[in-house]
Amino acid sequence: MPALPSFVPYLIHTLFPPWVRRPTEIGAEIMMTAGGAFIVYWLLKNKKLQWLWNEWLTTVDHKKIGIMYLVAAIIMLGRGGLDALMLRTNLAMPTLHFINASEYNEVFTTHGTIMVFFMAMPLIFALFNVVVPLQIGSRDVAFPRLNAISFWLFAFAAALFNLSFVVGGSPNAGWTAYPPLTELAFNHTVGENYYFVSLLMTGIGTTITGINFLVTILRMRAPGMTFMKMPLFTWATLNTSVLILFAFPPLTIALLESLLDRVAGTTFFGLAHGGMPMMYVNLFWLFGHPEVYILVLPAFGVFSEVVATFSRKKLFGYPSMVLSMTAIMVLAYGTWVHHFFTMGAGPAVNVFFGLSTMLIAIPTGVKVFNWILTMWGGRLQFTTPMLYFLAMIPTFVIGGATGVMLGAVPADYQFHNSYFLVAHFHEVLIGGTVFGLLAGVYYWWPKMFGYKLNDHQGKWAFWLFAGGFWPTFIPQYWLGLEGMTRRMYTYPFGMGWHTLNVISTIGGFIMGAGFLVLVSNVLRSRLHREVDATGDPWDGRTLEWSIPSPAPEYNFAVIPTVDERDWWWEEKQRRQSGEKPAGPKPEDIRPIAIPKNTPVPILLGAAFFLGAFGLVFTWWPVALTGLAGVFGVLIYSWFQYDHYRILSAGEIRETEELLGRLGA
Amino acid sequence: MSSQALHGGHKTPPQELPPEFQDQEESIKITGFWMFIVTDVLIFASLFATYAVFVNRIASGPTPAQVFQLNTALIETLILLTSSFTIGIAIWAMRQNRQRMVTWWMVLTVLLGMAFVSIELTEFAGDVAAGWGWHTSAFLSAFFLLVAAHGTHVTMGIIWAVALLFQLRKRGLTTVTRRKLYTFSLYWHFLDIMWVFIFTVVYLGGRLI
Repeated sequence: MPALPSFVPYLIHTLFPPWVRRPTEIGAEIMMTAGGAFIVYWLLKNKKLQWLWNEWLTTVDHKKIGIMYLVAAIIMLGRGGLDALMLRTNLAMPTLHFINASEYNEVFTTHGTIMVFFMAMPLIFALFNVVVPLQIGSRDVAFPRLNAISFWLFAFAAALFNLSFVVGGSPNAGWTAYPPLTELAFNHTVGENYYFVSLLMTGIGTTITGINFLVTILRMRAPGMTFMKMPLFTWATLNTSVLILFAFPPLTIALLESLLDRVAGTTFFGLAHGGMPMMYVNLFWLFGHPEVYILVLPAFGVFSEVVATFSRKKLFGYPSMVLSMTAIMVLAYGTWVHHFFTMGAGPAVNVFFGLSTMLIAIPTGVKVFNWILTMWGGRLQFTTPMLYFLAMIPTFVIGGATGVMLGAVPADYQFHNSYFLVAHFHEVLIGGTVFGLLAGVYYWWPKMFGYKLNDHQGKWAFWLFAGGFWPTFIPQYWLGLEGMTRRMYTYPFGMGWHTLNVISTIGGFIMGAGFLVLVSNVLRSRLHREVDATGDPWDGRTLEWSIPSPAPEYNFAVIPTVDERDWWWEEKQRRQSGEKPAGPKPEDIRPIAIPKNTPVPILLGAAFFLGAFGLVFTWWPVALTGLAGVFGVLIYSWFQYDHYRILSAGEIRETEELLGRLGA
Repeated sequence: MSSQALHGGHKTPPQELPPEFQDQEESIKITGFWMFIVTDVLIFASLFATYAVFVNRIASGPTPAQVFQLNTALIETLILLTSSFTIGIAIWAMRQNRQRMVTWWMVLTVLLGMAFVSIELTEFAGDVAAGWGWHTSAFLSAFFLLVAAHGTHVTMGIIWAVALLFQLRKRGLTTVTRRKLYTFSLYWHFLDIMWVFIFTVVYLGGRLI
């Protein structure tokens, strides 16, 4: 037998070290390969590759990019949820060691990282993309191609992060990746490289998205839509974009410095040569605390739309809603030290940050009261999105109240890093963010696809998901108070934690069942869809409901002039009374420039992926090839000038005619 | 025209604005570029924060006063300040529609940028030859990352400017190339201001410690 070239054993050892040759990893590898092969086979068999490339992979249409974000986010919710169930199984059977200590470290790290960066963020961007341009009466976002670049950076970063499970090993230092545990001296596998590199990649994409939506909202609103006439979800997007703009740069630097420590020999956060781990912790939470509000403000926006629509009333206290949201945005920057009171910054510093933390409860309380008062005297419709809203009120209030408890400095020395904290942030992140985003997905689904998700199945998914939520997380408060700390993979039976852990695990599996029903709800609603010809199935109030579903590629045949806060609601009354024509007049329709598809974003993402992969394994030639690819694509795109194709007025008239939209 | 079609009946900027702002779409791109500069300012702010925290953590390495040569830094400062002036002239010429003048002042800006980068690289090479790499101490890690981040920005700017010169030769002063020149000048001025901070905080501050 001829000898293998020497690089083959090296590659096998590097890419598939012993810790990724465990049955779980090999099983995942087989499933991923088989799944990928099946998708390619299906595409080839149905001659769909060309379609995929033209319609999706090269698109710059904000509506399609939104749908791609949505699909990716739901897949990631599945993966992150599976991680969670593995953790919960281990804790329900603490002596069986269903997964061992080092696997447990990897799984809680990937669970947290995926849920925050690769599930919640893309789900938020899905809603931004689908809703905001339609809600402000615009034809697209300000920078359509940058929008696609953001998406592909996220998608390739998510792929890279998930690859770590089967190639090279997963990160294992928690989603916060505190040094010195992440330093090369203490953590010599490539797992943490995956964490830093893929988060840097998706961070660039997120920053671009923040810029994009900020400029879109500042510069591209329909005539007459002043700031105080903007729908609340648009306000939430505006505030979130500002938060992104200010929060992601410190994260970028924290990640970059950690990565350089690992791959280039700098000494920022190590213990030798004058390094200081707490600098990382400060930079990380300078990002991390605003990030909490990046995650929750969009959900607040969704709830404000949902509660007004399904109470059939205008939102109570619009100006105070705007003011409180902006106050939260500003205060979010002043609270980051509350994540590490135990650092020992001294009483004065800790008290300042404790007070600023408690202060945030005030504007949040204003919002909760406004929502409740919006329902007061309204004609309520208990649709699935409305149920998620109603479920959010108690969970978010309890989660917020325990947040205030955590903000009390002396008490925090007890709560710190216990299950009390775990229960708190899951309660606000699931009870606030995930409930809100799911409500948004159900609410805007007809706008994306032209049919509603089945309400009956949606309610089943809701009751399982929200019903499983309470037994999962409420016991964890007690576990925390009884001294159970986070991130432990087992515990002795004598601690008295077993019963509560079993309840929590059962709740977790009920939530998992809820997720499965949600997926089946999506698939079955697609199979048995009832097309909605009105474009306004909920009898909505804002601009996006005034156009057909799914929206034509140019969105608005004629951009409306907005004169009211709930413009579409008022416009419907005027149209019924015959004061206004039922649609745009044919003679008002002008030619529209549509941004052309381009391969630049996906190629840029692929080049980044190659470079990032090389960086993970410190294979510098591969990394530099990726970098050269990035520059190549950028320079190519600099010399592209012709970005638009013109849709003639005749074509638009035809489309509108077909949709039955033309006014007399 | 195309931007009118894209953005429908949105308000058009008044005609007395400089030409690069008159087209709705290009004007939106300038707003976007300002937002990018906001994020980049914060990138540098984080780097400055790192530097300020680490400046005294020299381990067994050299002190700031040993590392910094004020003369070189002063020359670098003068070169970069001059290049900020030359790009300013280029933008003035652009508004006068004098394309040849724009080209030559841009070329001069690029040459000054190149001179700046090569002096910086020589300085770095000297430090490394003296055994003061960024693995030596947290202070040197922070110093090299901050100054090299600025140097990388300048290098990117040079590549951008050269690509712009080719576009200018091919297309002349159009709505789009005007906007591109203008955003480039914003970027260049921003780098200049960042250097002023680096010179003050790092090089002059290093003398005081």
